[in-house]
Amino acid sequence: MISAPRTATDRTKLPYCHESFHNLQELRHSASLANKVFIQRDYTDGTVCKFQTKFPSELDSRIERTLFEDTVKTLNNYYAEAEKIGGQSYLEGCLACLTVYLIFLCIETRYEKVLKKISWYIQEQNEKVYAPRGLLITDPIERGMRVIEISVYEDHGSSGSSSGSSTTSSSGR
Amino acid sequence: MKNCEYQQIDPGALGTSNTRTSTTLPCGRKNSQRPRRKWEVFPGKNRFFCDGRIMMGRQCGVLPLTIGLILITSGLFFTFDCPFLVHHLTVFIPVIGGVLFVFVIITLLQTSFTDPGILPRALPDEAVDIERQIDNSGSSTYRPPPRTKEILINDQVVKLKYCFTCKMFRPPRTSHCSLCDNCVERFDHHCPWVGNCVGKRNYRFFYAFIVSLSFLTSFIFGCVITHLTLRSQGVNGIIQAIQDSPASIAELVICFFSIWSILGLSGFHTYLVASNLTTNEDIKGSWSSKRGEESGNPYTYNNIFTNCCVVLCGPMPPSLIDRRGFLPPDDAPQTVTSDTELPPFMSKNDANMCTQGTKELLESMAHSSVIQSTCAPGTPKTAPVSQESLLHTISITVSPPNRPPSTGCSGHQALRPIDVSCSQKGNKRAALHTHKPMLRVPSPPCSLGHSPIILSDAPDMGFIPLN
Repeated sequence: MISAPRTATDRTKLPYCHESFHNLQELRHSASLANKVFIQRDYTDGTVCKFQTKFPSELDSRIERTLFEDTVKTLNNYYAEAEKIGGQSYLEGCLACLTVYLIFLCIETRYEKVLKKISWYIQEQNEKVYAPRGLLITDPIERGMRVIEISVYEDHGSSGSSSGSSTTSSSGR
Repeated sequence: MKNCEYQQIDPGALGTSNTRTSTTLPCGRKNSQRPRRKWEVFPGKNRFFCDGRIMMGRQCGVLPLTIGLILITSGLFFTFDCPFLVHHLTVFIPVIGGVLFVFVIITLLQTSFTDPGILPRALPDEAVDIERQIDNSGSSTYRPPPRTKEILINDQVVKLKYCFTCKMFRPPRTSHCSLCDNCVERFDHHCPWVGNCVGKRNYRFFYAFIVSLSFLTSFIFGCVITHLTLRSQGVNGIIQAIQDSPASIAELVICFFSIWSILGLSGFHTYLVASNLTTNEDIKGSWSSKRGEESGNPYTYNNIFTNCCVVLCGPMPPSLIDRRGFLPPDDAPQTVTSDTELPPFMSKNDANMCTQGTKELLESMAHSSVIQSTCAPGTPKTAPVSQESLLHTISITVSPPNRPPSTGCSGHQALRPIDVSCSQKGNKRAALHTHKPMLRVPSPPCSLGHSPIILSDAPDMGFIPLN
């Protein structure tokens, strides 16, 4: 499964420049991880995978509310599509039953296909929206679908250094 | 080279950490350069085979007995009864028997070897975040009191319990299996006959197994009765028939005792499937009428057919534990093990988070092959430890009091009592009764005065801003 880009060599150069973060590579090299924000699951509809769309206050100054909510809502839609109970899932289930579930060893289930789409979407969102703002989303599948983990980076080139940090914020490089 | 304010990383320190990792691993994994897979450091009590492709519970229970009984009975059937029945009745008898036998074996193996829906344990920073949300007063007690969270599902109040081992609030219908030491989604029960938990991902295999097994035992039972009847209708009578085919008696005995329990179990699980319940919920009476009011099952679709389709033919979720994934190169344990000593509550999490933050950076450095300027892990004295425990600045240089995960695992083995493994041997009827003891979930030792937190869809408290 393609995960959100974590290594400098995996990342492509971004077409967008925003503030002091030019691309994810620079984000990793020049910024320090300040905080992690966790978006928890929303269980009001049962056990389906759905994340809370409530905007966390730590991201108040980092990203627009609408962008964040759009991301979470799109992810929720993807998960709903993966877990949708309908004709195709029944067909898959019946076929699996007839083949004594050996078909799971051979074909990729619809759930797995949607998970790949989700990974691609998260990677795209990271590159276009979140990295320019000093944030990185971790694919929930890497956290056991419990949380959406958003890593908040502080740019040491800027004046705002995280309090309590033992490094002094010198000017740039 | 960038002129950063971080300290240059010492390649010797990287080498030190590698050798430290390799020498402290007790399980004989000598080659620290070989990329390790995640199953090798899995904290639960599971066994992995074929490089992580196959997994089962730590105690395989009576799985060998189950397989043995099925093989022996079927073997005797095909060897001694089928020739007579083919000659006297029809060739379809061994064909049907063969198909059923294949179904039974395949579904049994799938039930035993599939991940039942294990939830990976929360990473340290996640655990801290949850703790912070719950315990705003910053209590420094070693073992916080048990915590529950109430949510609304389909207008039904459901309590989510906090799992001390996995350091997270269990999703609805999730339970922690003490035998496997894992939280399992849609936990049904731990079945010793298959040597694995039955949960979300392998319930359909389990159901197919018990249904096909009940068909197989009934079929064999019927065929053996027919065989003996046909033989005894000859000149010699029933005694001679039995003497001619003694294996049939063995099959009769085995099938007779099995049929009651297997058919009963199939019927019970058919009821559960039709009402979208788990054994765990049914036995605990989670949705039975309490206090005179009907508290219905919030997960049911109120339609037997829909419930059956959803449970048996629903989408197959993927395994969340990614057992064949590779660990990052600096593969100290990233999950919180329950037996790690907790000194004053926050400082342990400081160390864990520092480990996490440092490891991520080291991972990115190793891949980018650029020596990043960062803190040297071996010099804790130079940089002050941050007192704001939730800041993941890389300059924190506290050496984490790591223990290799395998010692954590082996520590578990000795401590957990093996529950009712003695009581199931020898009688398949006991399968019905083993459900209850297997559902024993470890309750936290101090259960005084938990503080329930009522959370609705959008919790008002949100995240506490950092200072």
